[in-house]
Amino acid sequence: MKRSTWASPYFIFLLLFVALPLILILVYAFQDNEGHFTFQHFVKFASESESINTFTYSIEIAVITTLLCLLLGYPAAWILSNKALNRSSVTIILFILPMWINMLVRTLATVALFDFMSLPLGEGALIFGMVYNFLPFMIYPIYNTMQKMDHSYEAAAQDLGATPSQVFRKVTLPLSMPGVSSGILMVFMPTISTFAIAELLTMNKVKLFGTTIQENINNGMWNYGSCLALIMLVIIGITMLYSDEQSAQDDEKGGLI
Amino acid sequence: MAETIIKIDNVSKSFGGKTVLENINLEVKKGEFVTFLGPSGSGKSTMLRLIAGFLTPDEGTISMNGNDITKVPPFQRKLNTVFQHYALFPHLDVYDNVAFGLKLQNLPKQEIEQRVSKVLKMVSMTDYEDRDVTSLSGGQQQRIAIARAIINQPEVLLLDEPLAALDLKMRKDMQIELKEMHKKLGTTFIYVTHDQEEALTLSDTIVVINEGKIQQIGTPTDIYNEPCNSFVADFIGESNILNGTMIEDRKVSFIGHEFPCVDEGFGENVPVDVVIRPEDIYMTHKLEAAQFTGVVKSCVFKGVHYEMFVDSDFGHELMIQDYNAFEIGSTVGMLIKPSDIQVMKKERTCNTFEGVMVGSNQVEMIGAKFDCEDTGLAAGDKVRVEVDFDKIELLDNKEDGSQTGQVSFILYKGDHYHLTISTREGDKLYVDTNDIWDKWDIVGISIKPADMRIVKA
Repeated sequence: MKRSTWASPYFIFLLLFVALPLILILVYAFQDNEGHFTFQHFVKFASESESINTFTYSIEIAVITTLLCLLLGYPAAWILSNKALNRSSVTIILFILPMWINMLVRTLATVALFDFMSLPLGEGALIFGMVYNFLPFMIYPIYNTMQKMDHSYEAAAQDLGATPSQVFRKVTLPLSMPGVSSGILMVFMPTISTFAIAELLTMNKVKLFGTTIQENINNGMWNYGSCLALIMLVIIGITMLYSDEQSAQDDEKGGLI
Repeated sequence: MAETIIKIDNVSKSFGGKTVLENINLEVKKGEFVTFLGPSGSGKSTMLRLIAGFLTPDEGTISMNGNDITKVPPFQRKLNTVFQHYALFPHLDVYDNVAFGLKLQNLPKQEIEQRVSKVLKMVSMTDYEDRDVTSLSGGQQQRIAIARAIINQPEVLLLDEPLAALDLKMRKDMQIELKEMHKKLGTTFIYVTHDQEEALTLSDTIVVINEGKIQQIGTPTDIYNEPCNSFVADFIGESNILNGTMIEDRKVSFIGHEFPCVDEGFGENVPVDVVIRPEDIYMTHKLEAAQFTGVVKSCVFKGVHYEMFVDSDFGHELMIQDYNAFEIGSTVGMLIKPSDIQVMKKERTCNTFEGVMVGSNQVEMIGAKFDCEDTGLAAGDKVRVEVDFDKIELLDNKEDGSQTGQVSFILYKGDHYHLTISTREGDKLYVDTNDIWDKWDIVGISIKPADMRIVKA
């Protein structure tokens, strides 16, 4: 048996569950109810202020979440990878641990927590929930890059007269950028398409782009739903391309991707 | 005499309970080219990192120009380092790497540009300013690393095995360039290497380090011609190291013969180590004129000279280098000049261990219990145990011994091997054996009860 035949089950799987759905989305997005080729869904999306608003709002929330994750995650990753501050490998596990629990369970627990502390559900709760859910995805790639970083670079900078803060700005930070871009990708991509967290944490008061897609599909508007999904895929694709370019410049990849 | 620039006073350093440097004292003179030479794990790099400030000593002080710098952070020390794997910043190009130190000082742009092009010219790397450092070859990276370190005009330049990653030809060329650079700059160079030839070529002063201790400090010629112990003799160059006896002043006996020598003051009939460099034994076909005879066992051409192994008349194997080849199997006569015989005091003539009696016929020492003959001493008595080098048995199967150890140093003494065995606890045993062991072999250690001399301490 040739080695390539071993790959056939995976090939069939990819064909059925990745390629085919993508082709279907593409086809549906350009069809009207009778199955004729049309641009009407895209026109509808562009002309309806509500859908545009939801779209920009989703991006806004995704950007805020990503920025907050970066602000919280970068120092955490730095502390975790610093041997003087963190001597045990258990702490990193503690940070990664939430990733092992189902996202819905975590979100429901957040709802219960907000209830218990009688805090209002809404935009604040949404951002809290998103950051809480996606923070490990930011910490891990940055931690990974810093962990693998050759400490002789930092020693060399110190040796050349850099104070600890200059060492950080001129060496550690630029060298950890592959991890940062990988982390941004890991957080930004899923946040732009979430809907479950938004539904649960805002009692359906705030609508995200993912929610709109899900509603359309649920209500039988497959063609319009596919069109929205396609637009989202393009946005994610653009971020991917951008970060690919980034990591192609640097030799050390951030891990995870 | 030039003034002292770096002074190391009673410095000790240990990592996790393991002593890496023990009680180091050293002075480095201004403008000197000093080399720390030792095998890997000897503590030479630790010493450099202490001077650079990346480590702080557990004990002792380091001072520079008379000021205590023991606790001064590295970025405030007026010295720069060329790192072992260069540590060039991968996110910066050649120009920004070299200019790194100057930019931190906020110097005017024009001055930075001038100084960068000056040092790049010095390391023959002009026109490489815009290149990515990762695209450079090993030798080019090496030059940039040196340029980056000397641009700050440090008073002392530290070099941590800078040529280790280069191939032989490149290494030789860089050695010459480094030597010239040292002359031109007038900066003090402290250089770390495990390559004895490199040390002999480059240095004004060599500091031989082994197992965290300074073995010898001296000029390359001193170290080569007058090694102070068998470790230095074995580590620097090729040598024949033999057991001998100092019969009286200017008379020493080894390999079964008596030789006139130039050493005095050892006393009479004192056991000594004798070092003869392979190029210092003269071979002749005239047997009657020779001091001793032997049979040529092997002869290999080495380019400039032939390297021969000769079995002497009393069965000692000697390494000899000569410009002429002697036929294998032929009997030859040999001569050694009195001044070429280097006599060294033996560091020890037998093993001495501190121990505690467990019972009247069992003693605990070097981390294990050994059976001994009935001593009549009570349990808990402190004792000193002496064992001759050839009375310690080494066993292939480590479970068979009372204790296990690792072969950490091997010295060939012409007709037997002198091994240093280190136990996990850090005790050392010295063993004479005819068996061939490899460095880092794990062995079982066994001593017969009759071979232990136990004295109450």
